[in-house]
Amino acid sequence: MTTQTHTITRSSNAARVAAVIGALVLIVLIAAPWWAGRADMRLMGELFLYLALASLWNLLAGYAGLVSVGQQAFVGFGGYMLFALTIFGGLHPLAAIALAGMLGALISVPVAVLIFRLRGAYFAIGTWVIAEVFRLGFAQISALGGGSGSSLPVAIVKSLADKRAMRESLSYWLALGAAILVITAVYLFLRSRKGLALTAIRDNELAASSLGIDIWRTKFIVYVVTSALTAMIGALIFLQKLRISPDAAFNVNDWTAFVIFIVVIGGIGTIEGPIIGALVFFALRETLADLGTIYLMVLGLVAIVMMLKAPKGIWGLIRSRFDLQIFPLGYRVIASEGPTSPETEKEA
Amino acid sequence: MEWLNAVVQGTLLGGLYALFAAGLSLIFGIMRLVNIAHGDLIVLGAYLGLVVTTSTGLHPLLALAFVVPAMALIGYALQRGLLNQTLGDDLLPPLLVTFGLSVILQNGLLEVFTADPQKISAGALETASISAGGLSLGILPVLTFAIAIAVIWGLQWTFYHTALGRAFRAVSDNQDIAQLMGLNRRHIFGLAMALALGVTAIAGVLLGIRTSFDPSIGSGRLIFGFEAVIIGGLGNLWGTLVGGVILGVAQTIGAKFDPGWQILAGHVAFLVILAIRPNGLFPRVSA
Repeated sequence: MTTQTHTITRSSNAARVAAVIGALVLIVLIAAPWWAGRADMRLMGELFLYLALASLWNLLAGYAGLVSVGQQAFVGFGGYMLFALTIFGGLHPLAAIALAGMLGALISVPVAVLIFRLRGAYFAIGTWVIAEVFRLGFAQISALGGGSGSSLPVAIVKSLADKRAMRESLSYWLALGAAILVITAVYLFLRSRKGLALTAIRDNELAASSLGIDIWRTKFIVYVVTSALTAMIGALIFLQKLRISPDAAFNVNDWTAFVIFIVVIGGIGTIEGPIIGALVFFALRETLADLGTIYLMVLGLVAIVMMLKAPKGIWGLIRSRFDLQIFPLGYRVIASEGPTSPETEKEA
Repeated sequence: MEWLNAVVQGTLLGGLYALFAAGLSLIFGIMRLVNIAHGDLIVLGAYLGLVVTTSTGLHPLLALAFVVPAMALIGYALQRGLLNQTLGDDLLPPLLVTFGLSVILQNGLLEVFTADPQKISAGALETASISAGGLSLGILPVLTFAIAIAVIWGLQWTFYHTALGRAFRAVSDNQDIAQLMGLNRRHIFGLAMALALGVTAIAGVLLGIRTSFDPSIGSGRLIFGFEAVIIGGLGNLWGTLVGGVILGVAQTIGAKFDPGWQILAGHVAFLVILAIRPNGLFPRVSA
């Protein structure tokens, strides 16, 4: 018998290949203002923002077990903060977006303390109540247009960039940057010590707590970070829309239902899932959107069938077949002289 | 006097909220399922009431004789055909499936009935009122409140005095042992959903007589029902009635200050109670 030497690695050939391809795709995407039309850029910008929202919701629901249907609270909050900080605070839009994120984190603390008292599905509806409170609350602020909303003044829009083409490019890059920032943050977080704790909680809460993991604290941190980033994405969304109203800002369909569909269709509890889901969602939308309400019913049906037949989503199907991980989170033990089964994978 | 009036009207409104909540509470108590589509099912009940009254000319309260069995049937089919497949330790499938169902129902109703607000016409009942101690009470709200009490009493009685109720309690306590004792839990869950949607049908028709409705209002009703359940305490039906009343009174008092605060005041009352008594006022089961 030979002595086995083995190495432990997180990476794999697939991940390395994917990283190279990903880098190339990224370069192409960054260069989009030079090759894509105005409408395509708008669409891609929207896709990136949805991708960011989906990745955040996935972290919350897929990893932390905090199934929220009230993330529109933070999208709308971020949007309103952008308007308030630029119009009344005189801030540059980019500074306002950053500050909106911080304020989002701040407001999420009391919210978390309150709704963490609810469990499971009741937590979900509790988050929805919070979003409704935000919506009705902002509708009462007459300085921001009350129930009918307000538009971003031209001077503020111009402060971003003088030329329209430059503004559009900038807004596209911001969306792309936001998506990359969020995915990278989620990836690095899940690979960290805290991320490991989170995965342990997801797999078995009781066992995790017996290993000394502070469940409440871990979930709390995830909730606050997610809220902050969601608020920043919200500010970006309404920087593109240039107009805000309570019903649009706190819309459960736009900012939560679609996001959930993206994650469920792509594969919940994986980093790759939201990326695939966002692509599928936009492909569906672009082909079926003319059907109006039928399109939404199809979307609902697809989500139900997916949840029942393939609860791990499209990426789950791919992974169970090909043992792929583009964003490697687990550790692999690779034996260099093993006679059989050279690779065994252990999920972290 | 005005304040007393607000409290009394709010109490009566609470009866309607308790009816929204009773189905939700029942389903949660028996199979730990939270049905996100519940609000849209209430609206479906209202539309069924509208269809029956306009096509047959029946009074809406008589139309209940058709709407309640129809909704109960839908409930049984829905549970056995779809929702039973989602039950288990994981909370995500039931949540997401009922969420998808909610989207389908809402847009299906939109497709069939358009977004125009509708109302079920109930003739003189809509405006009739009685005077009591200087207050003017609408017959419809009083009737709604009485129906709410009757329904909750009926559910309580079913729960504790019938074989079906015993089966409900058995599967609620321990599904596997109930199954060993010869109960088919899939069938029992189907019956529970049928019962819950029967109640939902009553709530929907009463809602349709009281105010105008359109396909988009379901989520709001779900939230009111949910708040009543949590305020009252999980699994306690009389508590749910109290929760509905507290919510109704908070709303009418909020509206007294400023009409824009009506709904907000209800939500705030809910959050305050959640902050001081996270398990509600009279909890019976833990979530």
